[in-house]
Amino acid sequence: MKTVLVLALGEIREGLRNRWIAASIVLLATLAFALSALGSAPMGTVNANALSVSVASLSSLSVYLLPLIALMLSFPALVGELERGTLLLLLTYPVARWQIVVGKFMGHLGILMLAVCVGYGVPALVTGFQGDNGWVGWQSYLAMMGSSVLLGAAFIALGYVVSASVRERATAAGLAIGVWLVFVVLYDIGLLGLLLADGDQRISPTLFSSLMLFNPTDAYRIFNLMGSGGASLVSGLAGLAEQVRISAALPLAVIALWVVAPLAAATALFYRREV
Amino acid sequence: MDAKDQPGQPAIALDTVSKRYGAQEVVHDLSLAVAAGETLALVGPNGAGKTTLMKMILGVTRPSGGTVRVHGHDPMGTGTAALRTSIGYLPENVAFHGAMTGMELLAFYARLKGEPVSSCAALLERVGLTDAAKRRVRTYSKGMRQRLGLAQALLGHPRLLVLDEPTTGLDPTLREHFYRILVEQHTAGATALVSSHALTEIEGRTDRIAIVKDGRLLVCGTLDELRAKASLPVRIRLMVDPGTAAAVAERIGNGITLSKVNDRTVDLHCLNGDKMTVVRRIGELGQPVNDLDILPPRLDQVYAHFAGEEETS
Repeated sequence: MKTVLVLALGEIREGLRNRWIAASIVLLATLAFALSALGSAPMGTVNANALSVSVASLSSLSVYLLPLIALMLSFPALVGELERGTLLLLLTYPVARWQIVVGKFMGHLGILMLAVCVGYGVPALVTGFQGDNGWVGWQSYLAMMGSSVLLGAAFIALGYVVSASVRERATAAGLAIGVWLVFVVLYDIGLLGLLLADGDQRISPTLFSSLMLFNPTDAYRIFNLMGSGGASLVSGLAGLAEQVRISAALPLAVIALWVVAPLAAATALFYRREV
Repeated sequence: MDAKDQPGQPAIALDTVSKRYGAQEVVHDLSLAVAAGETLALVGPNGAGKTTLMKMILGVTRPSGGTVRVHGHDPMGTGTAALRTSIGYLPENVAFHGAMTGMELLAFYARLKGEPVSSCAALLERVGLTDAAKRRVRTYSKGMRQRLGLAQALLGHPRLLVLDEPTTGLDPTLREHFYRILVEQHTAGATALVSSHALTEIEGRTDRIAIVKDGRLLVCGTLDELRAKASLPVRIRLMVDPGTAAAVAERIGNGITLSKVNDRTVDLHCLNGDKMTVVRRIGELGQPVNDLDILPPRLDQVYAHFAGEEETS
């Protein structure tokens, strides 16, 4: 456990030092401020408070941004150290391979949590108290922050799978972008195409939402849109979640699965790796 | 750790070890033992399998065949934490994270080895990095980075040091400094396995030399043993009175190979076993011979004899 912690703290220290954390915070906070400023417009006419509107707009942008940040953070994790020669050195230390994966994961998760908490938290504190938000608004905002971290965790784990399976950093970078494209863009396009092709509506809403839920980014979307009642007023997609009644825990469980399974896969791949 | 270390047990024991990467065999049926407290040099051309051998000893790579034992334990086995703590390794090419300071990096490795972070300052002092301890590694020169690498290898007073080409890129002063540290470790009883291409440096600084080529152990022994095995000639240079060189050469001539004669010097060579006979005969020559140098074959000549054959043919 101590070894894992040493590795995690080392990772966080590096993140602070090479300004990864700072850059992510600035990016997320800028986004959150910008959206809450834009969000003030619908607030006047629609019966939704500022934070709930922020949840809808922020979560639909986080879906693109957080996987990207997470993948950028994690794809060099193993292959980068392999190239630098530090992985070989690390493996001669009393450190097991799974400890390296878990330690790095904890470190990267820490970095992401810090970025989300500060980047999304501070704008909420600044703008949130201006309107009459009530507990529900805060609750859904906090749930959005929590699920954002979870979504990031899934893509950190996916980044490790990439990192453990290639020999060059550049290949890993390309693959990471591919992973992002598939999960964030192509999967949804595919689903839409499926709907269009399905003229006789053989695909039931249940099947469709199961397909949607299978993708961690869509699970994240569903969770955040159904979580805030106000959000469904400003977002058309939420209608779908309302059509098929599901528990809020289900999308979270799906994302959690996308954390655990890739992490296990990355560890297994890493054990087979010749350094 | 299951078994206690037995006295006289070799620090490293390789028994018919082989390693294949796909179809390529990098190490082939190699057997070698390194005694505890011994300094062994591993020399051989690039791609001879030296680094792979080290990786197997360090428990990073599993051999395809044969057994590796370090202090009596399988380095790839379970419960090797204590074994790993007792080994210091300096990789051939290591690029530490540039954004961190030397002190931070050393502290990180100390924590991983379960060593007190307070020991780091003394180690940095020992490798001469005290002034640069708080600077980022990015600003370090090649020599400084190599010294930082050495510092981490020395963490926790290792019983076995595995150093992969430790002096490449170091200036002569730093090389001297490095070998001084190696001698200190040797005196303290540590075993060392050092690979190098700098043959002239290794000469006289290691107990034994193992020459490896194409994944095979060509020969292993002390420099004298290798010289004997190579049966390379000993060179003898005579300094003679001006103008007498030709005459001297003529008088010792029979049975000895003359390599070069000029006005003041006579160079000849003979087998090591004949050396004394030749020297006695030179003694009989008396006056014209003022001085003599006996030059045993150097390690690079011995190395060329064992490892160079195939390249020249």
